[in-house]
Amino acid sequence: MAAPPTAIEQRLPSQPDAAANIVVFENVSIAFEDKPVLDGISFRLAKGETKAIFGVAGSGKSTILKLTLGLVKPDDGRIYVLGDDVTQMSEDALFELRRKIGMVFQESALFDSLSVRENVAFRLLEEGHVSEEEVEKRVREALSFVEMEEAVNKFPAELSGGMRRRVAIARAIVTQPEVLLYDSPTGGLDPVTSTTIIQLIVKQRDVYQTSSLLVTHRLQDAFIMATHYFDRKANEMRPLPPGSRGEIPMAFLILRDGKVIFDGDARELAQSKDEYIREYIS
Amino acid sequence: MELISPTEFAKDTVQTVQDYSHLAGQSIANLFRYPRYFADMLQQADLIGVGSLPIVILTGFFTGAVLALNSANTLQRFGSLSLLGQLVSVGMVRELGPVLTGLMVAGRNSSGMASELGSMVVTEQIDAMRALGTDPMKKLVTPRVISTVFMLFFLTIISDLLGLVGGGAVARGLLGMDSHQYWSSAWQILTFQDVFMGLVKPLLFGFVISTVGCYYGISARGGTQGVGRATTQAVVASSVFILLVDFFATKLLMAIFGYR
Repeated sequence: MAAPPTAIEQRLPSQPDAAANIVVFENVSIAFEDKPVLDGISFRLAKGETKAIFGVAGSGKSTILKLTLGLVKPDDGRIYVLGDDVTQMSEDALFELRRKIGMVFQESALFDSLSVRENVAFRLLEEGHVSEEEVEKRVREALSFVEMEEAVNKFPAELSGGMRRRVAIARAIVTQPEVLLYDSPTGGLDPVTSTTIIQLIVKQRDVYQTSSLLVTHRLQDAFIMATHYFDRKANEMRPLPPGSRGEIPMAFLILRDGKVIFDGDARELAQSKDEYIREYIS
Repeated sequence: MELISPTEFAKDTVQTVQDYSHLAGQSIANLFRYPRYFADMLQQADLIGVGSLPIVILTGFFTGAVLALNSANTLQRFGSLSLLGQLVSVGMVRELGPVLTGLMVAGRNSSGMASELGSMVVTEQIDAMRALGTDPMKKLVTPRVISTVFMLFFLTIISDLLGLVGGGAVARGLLGMDSHQYWSSAWQILTFQDVFMGLVKPLLFGFVISTVGCYYGISARGGTQGVGRATTQAVVASSVFILLVDFFATKLLMAIFGYR
């Protein structure tokens, strides 16, 4: 059996510094129509780490991803992404930064007038300096990664929900971004397709070691990610060997009433005495 | 129906004017900034220009024809049927050609833009485009504005010509006028000022149609119902704005050219 990925302790510094933190939220608040959604939240996403964000509907999970991308501006607080303060950046500067970030939207958000090839190649074509051969090669690679090569000429309307998510993942990873943001990638999918999507996310995490924020309602998805690794030789996701601890750079963040009530790893989550958290994970 | 306070209404109105002005200004400013999407402009020009050709031809032809029919009745009373060509020519070139073409294109394309962009907003495609590092204003709005302004100019010329042909067909076929007389009077009456007025207006109308359509599309909220509402509002607003702009542009141009 292939060895699990490098232990988290080796990959992450014990004391997070600015360079090691890919995303930093500092006392971020935002309200929509006078209703507070996030109320002074702070957290950090370390390099190579995957952080799963939980909370009930309307708790501001997706808003965190949009704030990270600078698609919405916070009312208060600072957000640093790859060292840049996105709260102070102009829209033009944000377009440059966003090229280093991949995002998988809740409902895939594929461009319905473009084919799968054009959707996946969108960012490469927009950059303008990538040759046609290179675009074709990278599109094929990205689609091969999500096992969707056969759908290259199809349009989004011809794909199932799970296939659309996979194409959305291919579109997000085609430029090998430094950060990936997943907004409920398994929402509305059947358990088998959900597992396929989670396997792809685990594959991306362990093969390319991309830092990522994952918003999900499904706690089991995050636990699978925390307890499995991707075996490159077998080309499949496998459970960690018994007794191994801390090998997976995976953290959990739980939101309640606009505040962060938990930020830690799977072990800490399982040992939490907080009544709300215990009810949430039960 | 929910009542809204006067303060909220005033705030919303100011916000709408501000957002629309920003979009309209950006659509022009983007012409001078990279990247420029020529392929998208050509695609939109085909959709807006070539796609609108059948309705513009029909509208122009029958407007000219019915203008000739109605005017002939009055002109005959004064024994001035020979002026029919002049009347159709001035009426079509200065006013009816630009306005009716503008209204037809507004009905077809302003709604199309609002529904297309609105659907992209509610399915997060606009957010996805921004997330992929592309400015939707440059990629979606500016090509539509440029193409509409450019194509409406030529559609209006076609409409004017077809209006004259329609008037000529009625003059020759139903009123028994000499074709040469009709066409020579129609041609001779036109001055530079008439043609200039008739060709400035489609540029303004094209800008109104595309910016209003894009504005309502980009600001669509509330799922499919919101897209439907945006589409209706786009057609109504762009049609009303065309008539308003027409009045003020006519007044201004008449003042410039010294018409009374």
